[in-house]
Amino acid sequence: MKTREEKKSFSNAKQSRRKFLKAAAITAASGLAPASMMAGSGKAMAAEPVKVGILHSLTGTIAIAEAHVVDAEKLAIDEINQSGGVLGRPISPIVEDGASDNPTFAEKAQKLLESDKVSVVFGCYTGASRKAVVPVFERYNGLLYYPTYDIGLELSKNLIYTGQEATQSIIQAIDWLSKNGKKTFFLVGSDYIWPRTTNKIAQTVIPKHGGRVVGEDYFPLGTTEFSSVISKIQSTKPEVIISTVVGGSNVAFYKQLNSVGINGKNQPIMAMAVTEEEAIGVGRENLVGVLTCMGYFQSIATPENQKFVAAFKAKYGADRVVGDTLECAYTSVYLWKRAVEKAGSFDVPKVVAASSNLEMNSPEGMVRIHATNHHLWKHARIGAFKPDGQVSILYESPLLEPNPFPKL
Amino acid sequence: MTLATFLTQVFNGLSLFTVLALMAIGLAIVFGQMGVINMAHGELMALGAYMTYLTSIGFSRYLPSLMGLYFFVGIAVAFVVTAGAGFILERGMIRFLYARPLDTLLATWGLSLVLQQFFRQVFGPIDVSVPTVDWLQGAWIPSPDIVIPLSRLFIILLTFCVALSVYTFLFRSGWGLRIRAVMQNRAMAGAAGINTERVDAVTFAVGCGLAGIAGSALTMLASTGPATGQQYIVDTFIVVVFGGVESLLGTFLSAFLIGQMQSISELLLSGSMAKALILILVIVALYLRPSGLFTNRVRR
Repeated sequence: MKTREEKKSFSNAKQSRRKFLKAAAITAASGLAPASMMAGSGKAMAAEPVKVGILHSLTGTIAIAEAHVVDAEKLAIDEINQSGGVLGRPISPIVEDGASDNPTFAEKAQKLLESDKVSVVFGCYTGASRKAVVPVFERYNGLLYYPTYDIGLELSKNLIYTGQEATQSIIQAIDWLSKNGKKTFFLVGSDYIWPRTTNKIAQTVIPKHGGRVVGEDYFPLGTTEFSSVISKIQSTKPEVIISTVVGGSNVAFYKQLNSVGINGKNQPIMAMAVTEEEAIGVGRENLVGVLTCMGYFQSIATPENQKFVAAFKAKYGADRVVGDTLECAYTSVYLWKRAVEKAGSFDVPKVVAASSNLEMNSPEGMVRIHATNHHLWKHARIGAFKPDGQVSILYESPLLEPNPFPKL
Repeated sequence: MTLATFLTQVFNGLSLFTVLALMAIGLAIVFGQMGVINMAHGELMALGAYMTYLTSIGFSRYLPSLMGLYFFVGIAVAFVVTAGAGFILERGMIRFLYARPLDTLLATWGLSLVLQQFFRQVFGPIDVSVPTVDWLQGAWIPSPDIVIPLSRLFIILLTFCVALSVYTFLFRSGWGLRIRAVMQNRAMAGAAGINTERVDAVTFAVGCGLAGIAGSALTMLASTGPATGQQYIVDTFIVVVFGGVESLLGTFLSAFLIGQMQSISELLLSGSMAKALILILVIVALYLRPSGLFTNRVRR
């Protein structure tokens, strides 16, 4: 027979267990509520749609560079759907927000592959976010098209890298700067793997041209105080600054440089992570004369590019601009479509095999997926920002073979 | 290191001090004086910055000839709007949570998330650029190697004016007397005929208004986006706690120390390592002196 105390404590335990279950149920329900509200949308199509995932940072410090990439991918998807879809099936995109947070990228990637069962994902901007999702894609045998310039040094059977790697970006930039007589370099960047590895490569390549590095500094993503590194720049007086500052910090960096009188016109600055997109957030007047090295500029004067830019502006507004990552993302969708049609299947290993040597006349010119290393043959271009935020092209390389594992 | 580099670095430390002080003074009043942990302080700074952005748009569209003056109007608008928001916040939410600091923390954290999403909906997820007025662009160059940006000089002057105003308001005005009375002994102040609820609302509103001014000033140095508040909130709390939560003078001293130490360490180390070093020093200092630099010695 239980004593009064034992009975009370037993009923207390029951009470708190009930309370806990109730709280857990409410939390679970409130978590599901927004998801279920979103699930009820989708049009009935003649053929069953094929689901693709889009995974980019729509919010956070990287949003300034990455949020609009989704628009380029959606443009490609709309165009493909209007001309009959892929293998006769319309494409249905599922967009997820990585929120500039690498663990969130991994979590959303898993959600897209495991519960949504998408056939392919177009996503990521920073190398760090890509590295966070590679294990997920390898575990679930998914396929990711990665449209952003990075350092290379990676080859996964589940990824196709459509952006420039180091030999097509930083090495080209240093070659061009050295040919134009620059001998002293100051390296400043955000503190994560891409800027650090880019600068490590720069440290090996610059001496080969007879130049030297007079300073190297890193700041956390999102930093807004650059006064110390600007002092160092003023005291070391480099002939060129190579900036791998990424995302929203670029606004603070160029504003503060300008406030001490350093700008693109009196100090050569090679910005490795600023496209026409960031120029709007940074302020076009703050970037005049700043150099940039990318694979694509909106000002490329080919018919393919003009058609692409016109279609983009028609869909999203005449004051929108297109940067390198947007164009790579647009091209990625088409490259996937072509690979699927060549393979006759959505199966990942078949699509990857069909991608080998796949060619396309993209807005940035002819590109070709390499036979074996999943990267793209592409042109590198160097230009300078004009007051209207567009880039005047100063140099275009020949078609460069991608070499993600160069011997330095 | 040349004299010029050293002087520039001292100036950078001074500039960083004033930026931190400007951000922290509002929180020092709200947290230190009222005991309210306002996790949405950063978002109120962002609100001030966005108000300045809207002012710049308004001027460039309707009064382009007066564009040089827009910044003063922008700061005033930022103060008024954030003070108003603070007043509504206090009346609507904070005053129910005075005896429960952990609940205030949670509630204001939730508020900060709501405000961030609000900014995203209204202004978009991408950072906006607030143009600097042309008479604040460029620098003062007293000697060939010393370049002093005018925008930073302006922030130093602004912080000085704000500090003077806060001092005058708190220690030389009728309202200040009432605020200090309520903070020292609420029951007696009430018994002496002071409307404590109104005083609370005004104090909170002033603290938030100061956050708005800080956000407004920071548009000259950095971008303004929905996540801007999150960049600043941690530093702001560190400054207030390190200086001693209940002392406004402590806040200024702590901002000065942290500003100078960070500047000098950034010169010798990289940006990330300097930040890490400062945080380690603050942790050690707080370990040795948990109540911060200036504490009210009371018998508890």
